[in-house]
Amino acid sequence: MLSIKNLKAGIAGKEILKGINLEVKAGEVHAIMGPNGSGKSTLSNVLAGREDYDVSDGQVLFNKKNLLEMPPEDRAREGLFLAFQYPVEIPGVSNINFLKTALSEIRQYKGLPPLDTKEFLKLVKEKQALVEMQGSLANRSVNEGFSGGEKKRNEIFQMAMLEPTLAVLDETDSGLDIDALRIVANGVNMLRAKNRAFVVITHYQRLLDYIVPDFVHVLYNGRIVKSGTKELAMELEEKGYEWIKELAPAV
Amino acid sequence: MSDTNQLLEEITGSEYKYGWTTNIDTETAPKGINAEVIRFISQKKNEPTWMLELRLKAFRHWLTLEEPRHWAKIQYPAINFNDIIYFAAPKPKKQLKNLNEVDPELLKTFEKLGISLEEQKRLSGVESSIAVDAVIDSVSVKTTFKEVLAEKGIIFCSFSEAVQEHPELVKEYMGSVVPYTDNFYAALNAAVFSDGSFCYVPKGVRCPMELSTYFRINSAGTGQFERTLIIADEGAYVSYLEGCTAPKRDENQLHAAVVEIVAHKNAEVKYSTVQNWYPGDKDGKGGIYNFVTKRGICIGNNSKISWTQVETGSAITWKYPSVILKGDNSIGEFYSVAVTNNLQQADTGTKMTHIGKNTRSTIVSKGISAGKSNNSYRGLVRINKGAHNARNFSQCDSLLMGDKCGAHTFPYIEIKDKSAIVEHEATTSKIGEDQLFYCNQRGIETEKAIGLIVNGYCKEVLNQLPMEFAVESQKLLAVSLEGSVG
Ligand SMILES: Nc1ncnc2c1ncn2[C@@H]1O[C@H](COP(=O)(O)OP(=O)(O)OP(=O)(O)O)[C@@H](O)[C@H]1O
Ligand SMILES: [Mg+2]
Repeated sequence: MLSIKNLKAGIAGKEILKGINLEVKAGEVHAIMGPNGSGKSTLSNVLAGREDYDVSDGQVLFNKKNLLEMPPEDRAREGLFLAFQYPVEIPGVSNINFLKTALSEIRQYKGLPPLDTKEFLKLVKEKQALVEMQGSLANRSVNEGFSGGEKKRNEIFQMAMLEPTLAVLDETDSGLDIDALRIVANGVNMLRAKNRAFVVITHYQRLLDYIVPDFVHVLYNGRIVKSGTKELAMELEEKGYEWIKELAPAV
Repeated sequence: MSDTNQLLEEITGSEYKYGWTTNIDTETAPKGINAEVIRFISQKKNEPTWMLELRLKAFRHWLTLEEPRHWAKIQYPAINFNDIIYFAAPKPKKQLKNLNEVDPELLKTFEKLGISLEEQKRLSGVESSIAVDAVIDSVSVKTTFKEVLAEKGIIFCSFSEAVQEHPELVKEYMGSVVPYTDNFYAALNAAVFSDGSFCYVPKGVRCPMELSTYFRINSAGTGQFERTLIIADEGAYVSYLEGCTAPKRDENQLHAAVVEIVAHKNAEVKYSTVQNWYPGDKDGKGGIYNFVTKRGICIGNNSKISWTQVETGSAITWKYPSVILKGDNSIGEFYSVAVTNNLQQADTGTKMTHIGKNTRSTIVSKGISAGKSNNSYRGLVRINKGAHNARNFSQCDSLLMGDKCGAHTFPYIEIKDKSAIVEHEATTSKIGEDQLFYCNQRGIETEKAIGLIVNGYCKEVLNQLPMEFAVESQKLLAVSLEGSVG
């Protein structure tokens, strides 16, 4: 589904990703861990197509298509979803209206007619229940005045609504209380499917108790320096990142 | 950011939907302005002598005035007032059977503009309808629902008709809010005004439907000088809408209107404008000069006047819908969205003059600038001595798209009464790259995202508009900003 080969990218003339290799197959859940500043958000932004980043080398195939050639909206329409580490506020635009627009655009891209209002609202209800989100949040402006945790939950709600094939969750667990963490994880688990994959970026092994990953990767200094299974996450929790740093090639 | 700048360079200017002309015979006054032309206009309208006298008085005063060119933040070459045709009326192709019959060509024109001049009685009753006064160039071609309204004692007709049928009301109120001595363009308008709408809502009557005037400039080389007068008697309520469009032309055309509103005790008037005159092309060629004086007076206690405007058109917009808060406890409101793109210029705002006690005013202005345009808010809040406990709240926000446009705020505050509370808030922001990216990531392309974000930004103002206008305005905002990415 997603195949990243030797991806190098940077911002403002500074190289941040120094040759990333990653294969994600349909149905899999990959966790990416790594110290602050190692390039996790950079990787998700580059995948989503944020303009500020320059890709200097490498290749990314998404469902066999060249991802890096597509504008960000087409990546989304092809089924790539990014849950932002810092979700953005859009004052005056209701969540509902925002999602209705997004869903119509995605459906149009796929040659489908927009959902009528009744169908759409039914879907909203159903997905709200999935992430146990209050109805009032759906009617408020996108993320405006939402608490940190509400914003994160809203990202998962949007993901549920848009039904992507690949979802990248950038620290969606940060700032969540224990109940919210469980709810978000439940939401993700219910969306797990044979034809859908997840890349979960997190600092905490705790999330991985709920969302059990097939693979765990450690990103350090722009490279994936170690990959393993969920036991690797426990090892990191125990030992920290010091020992990982020694695995990185000398700069 | 560099890519978006590139996109900005490619501003194509929005496709103006209403740029076509109707091929009709028009009867026009000779070019230029002089006493003869004014007599010609007055005669065409079959006016009584007092009206002609008024026009001539205004004209003589106008001759003593100089075109105000310096205080507003707008730039344009001096206007040659003798190069304008001051009267143009469509000539019917055939003799019409009765006064209510309208040249089918004109009906088609308004149909094409999406304005229905048929009084379709919808099943739900007249409440859901909008009464329209349709003005093309210098004359009103039809006013709908007149009879239905008349049953409630509401007078809704063209200004010309009011001069004939209700001279006592016209004499009493015309110029009572905007006298011809007010300013250069008010004097010019009083001298050469053509048509416009007149509305009187009697005591205690709530107007059962929205009233509206649709202004269309059609002829080349003409100016449009309409005049509108709205009077809400004690306890009356009326909501009034105004829309306007004009053909695409390489030359600039002058539109200098005057709108006067009078609200008596306990009366309320809501006046909404969606201004979409031709804005000129992307190089700033052509477009309407929209120099307008709009003012209302809350003359009675507990009265309320509310202006809502969505200004997207015109090469230059220069207008300050104002309220004189004379009655105690009276309320004045001004909600405005002004969008400028390409080389458009807007200098707009309001004037709230507090005279009565416990008077309140609210100002919400949202300026959006794109392209190389200039957008200024200019507002005056004046609290006179004796206006005890007057309150004003002003919120002026500017949104910039790209780095070649300008946004300016000129708030003037004059307080002569110590008990007044005046608050002013202003913000300037840019459409955030991160907001656009967030939308993109959800599958929404940039143009659509801008429409969405801008509409969200203007929500407070758009919410003030009647439903149908609000939807129309949302589309209009998106179209006006097409090709402008920040
Ligand atoms: N606009 C920018 N200009 C310069 N450097 C930047 C910019 N954006 C990010 N960086 C740098 O890139 C590096 C990687 O940042 P990134 O946000 O990808 O880290 P991260 O792994 O997501 O960290 P965290 O765990 O704290 O979220 C950091 O050193 C950061 O300072
Ligand atoms: Mg990060």
